[in-house]
Amino acid sequence: MVTAVTSMGRSGLYDWMMQRVSAVILLAYFIFVGCVLLNGVDYAAWKALYSQTWMRIFSLLALLSLGLHAWVGLWAVFTDYLTERLMGTTGNVLRFLAQAVSALIMFTYVVWGVQILWGL
Amino acid sequence: MLQVSIYRYNPETDSEPYMQDVQVDTGGKDLMVLDVLELIKSQDTTVTYRRSCREGVCGSDGMNMNGKNGLACITPLSETVRNNKLVLRPLPGLPVVRDLVVDMSMFYAQYEKVQPFLMNDTPAPAIERLQSPEEREKLDGLYECILCACCSSACPSFWWNPDRFIGPSGLLQAYRFLADSRDTATEERLAKLDDPFSVFRCHGIQNCVNVCPKNLNPTRAIGHIRNMLLSRAT
Ligand code: SF4
Ligand code: SF4
Ligand code: FES
Repeated sequence: MVTAVTSMGRSGLYDWMMQRVSAVILLAYFIFVGCVLLNGVDYAAWKALYSQTWMRIFSLLALLSLGLHAWVGLWAVFTDYLTERLMGTTGNVLRFLAQAVSALIMFTYVVWGVQILWGL
Repeated sequence: MLQVSIYRYNPETDSEPYMQDVQVDTGGKDLMVLDVLELIKSQDTTVTYRRSCREGVCGSDGMNMNGKNGLACITPLSETVRNNKLVLRPLPGLPVVRDLVVDMSMFYAQYEKVQPFLMNDTPAPAIERLQSPEEREKLDGLYECILCACCSSACPSFWWNPDRFIGPSGLLQAYRFLADSRDTATEERLAKLDDPFSVFRCHGIQNCVNVCPKNLNPTRAIGHIRNMLLSRAT
């Protein structure tokens, strides 16, 4: 049976809310970045923008939202298609692996993103 | 001659299901799909399906007609037949017992989970629990469900997790009791629906709304439940 042990917050409502909130943050971020790009930026202006603390915080927020959003979304996909119901115990093993791999990828992106943003 | 293709499977004699082609003389009339099945059965008595009321009330003859779930008894050929062809299959996602008959236990188990009966812990009045016309109106579009399973068996989320996602039909009934002014178990009911599967597996695909032969709207009911969960949590 598919369990909820790897879901974000154990509560469907919590996951659902996270999904919505992170989507709004991502949308705001991409619209903002899109507008900046459309208005035309050169390297200096781009660097200046990203050296401001608020922009770094906004970017980090977007990055974390992306991680969360991907986690909740992929968890729903994996628990639909990689299940004991569809493929026996292999399903459980595959699902766990898929979740571990996607968690690793998201974690890597977040850490890497922090490095880039703060120029570490 | 109408070309009918029927899903056949008898677990006692067939190693696997197959499609059987049959020609049916409809006499040029716009029959209901169930009439066509009866004509076929009069030729071949082994063709198996469920039916009872033959007027869209009992919910027995839910099946998949040319790719869309519905009740055979109230689906006229003109509504489903394209290019003179009619393909009949059992409701998808449920185990087949024989031919067009499916095992509905998983569907009923979900229905049972929502405790589809009035719960009220206040002492019963001498005659009956009263409801204002406005309160009664809230149940319209909910109580009419005939449990035909057309919706749940059209829902991808129910196909993948029929043991944990309640499905459109069960959720419509869950809301029917959440919305009832005479029911006092709202909190208890909501607490049972808060996990990531029961309600939240619904991704709003609306296949359920698309097929319901009683024109009910489970997606809207699911939205109401979600809002109730939301206001309970905030
Ligand atoms: S709207 Fe929800 S319940 Fe209806 S078919 Fe889609 S996922 Fe299933
Ligand atoms: S909601 Fe409609 S389709 Fe679903 S079980 Fe009830 S009557 Fe059938
Ligand atoms: S036979 Fe009763 S609903 Fe079709």
